[in-house]
Amino acid sequence: MAVNRDLSKNKLIEEFLKGLWTENPVLVMVLGMCPVLAVSNTAINSLAMGLATMFVLVFSSFLVSIFRKLIPAQVRITTFIIIIATFVTVVDMLLAAHLPVIHKELGAFISLIVVNCVILGRQEAFASKNPPINALSDALGVSVGFVFALFCLGSVREILGNGSFFGIPLFGSDFEPWIVMILPPGGFFALGFILLFFNQIRQRKKRAREKNGSGASWKQSRYTTEYITENEHGISD
Amino acid sequence: MGELFWIFISALLVNNFVLSYFLGICPFLGVSNKLETAFRLGLANIFVMIITALCAWLLNTLILPYAPYLRLISFIIVIASTVQFVEMAIKKLSPDLFRALGIFLPLITTNCAILGLALFATNKGYDLLESLIYALGAGGGITLAFVLMAGIREETRILDVPRVIEGTALSLIIAGILSLTFMGFAGMFSAA
Repeated sequence: MAVNRDLSKNKLIEEFLKGLWTENPVLVMVLGMCPVLAVSNTAINSLAMGLATMFVLVFSSFLVSIFRKLIPAQVRITTFIIIIATFVTVVDMLLAAHLPVIHKELGAFISLIVVNCVILGRQEAFASKNPPINALSDALGVSVGFVFALFCLGSVREILGNGSFFGIPLFGSDFEPWIVMILPPGGFFALGFILLFFNQIRQRKKRAREKNGSGASWKQSRYTTEYITENEHGISD
Repeated sequence: MGELFWIFISALLVNNFVLSYFLGICPFLGVSNKLETAFRLGLANIFVMIITALCAWLLNTLILPYAPYLRLISFIIVIASTVQFVEMAIKKLSPDLFRALGIFLPLITTNCAILGLALFATNKGYDLLESLIYALGAGGGITLAFVLMAGIREETRILDVPRVIEGTALSLIIAGILSLTFMGFAGMFSAA
């Protein structure tokens, strides 16, 4: 009995970590891009957006999982969407009442949490097939992963684009802010480079796992040549 | 008349849905690999957006003054079911059109660009004609962005790009450059 409970606890932790890192919704699965790019121009906005999404995801996963045996398969997507939309309305009203400044900054993007594919994806792939406790741990993992990615992006954009972090100026008056980072193109660039960075980490890990020293160094050198040829292409074009 | 023109231009270029509001990014990054497909997806988007604008305006004037908290839920359900009905009607009436747009319609319905259009148009308090023009401009802007992106990505497939940047990272950086060029249109408003 004790062993059993231990196993299930391990499983819960595994489900939590899976969403956080190996299947991170933004950095690995590249889902839910719309809010990620649109409101991540400052750290505080991205954190608020992340927490609002977390609220919706956790509560709707829990509810869907409780009712999973009652929801007919044919109308399941509609049911999920109605449940999600209800929680989004709740969070929208909560923010409007308690944090009107942030609510105004995020604007329609709070309502657009409804169509965030991360949330619907979790309902369809996990919550509708698993008991409430597992669904809760999965939803928590995915949403912490989402908050983490959003917060990384928001911090990078605010630090570079505004020279501040949570509104506190970081650099002296000599710092010329990269205005482009807080504008729409900066969202694409910052996320592009963050994905690049994580790709690099993952590929290096993979190469390390394949190990045998000579093979790795051969790949490394091939890698650099590839990069150089590409650059040459760019110049000759 | 002048105002309608600016609503159209603003949605088409200056505040392009994909490149400056980040709506409809999923199909933008995922599907747009072939020029032909991207163009048809864009057309389907225009089509659904016009229906959406009509539904959103009707809901907003008829029901929502009495129950504002139902806004999100009613938008989604009404838009999704109307698109389904129209899809059935097209299948019956014009099989050619259905073959061109059909497979995309159900995909698009839960796209954030569609719900975004409904929310923005009602937030801005557009009347029926203005919302329709807005929908046309927004849909046109999405088509433009999809087609541009697909054209560029068809080219990058021939190139030998480094392995780390392949896939989404490359698409995002291309999108960033596209978005940068579209920001040039922002000057049109101060000039006008």
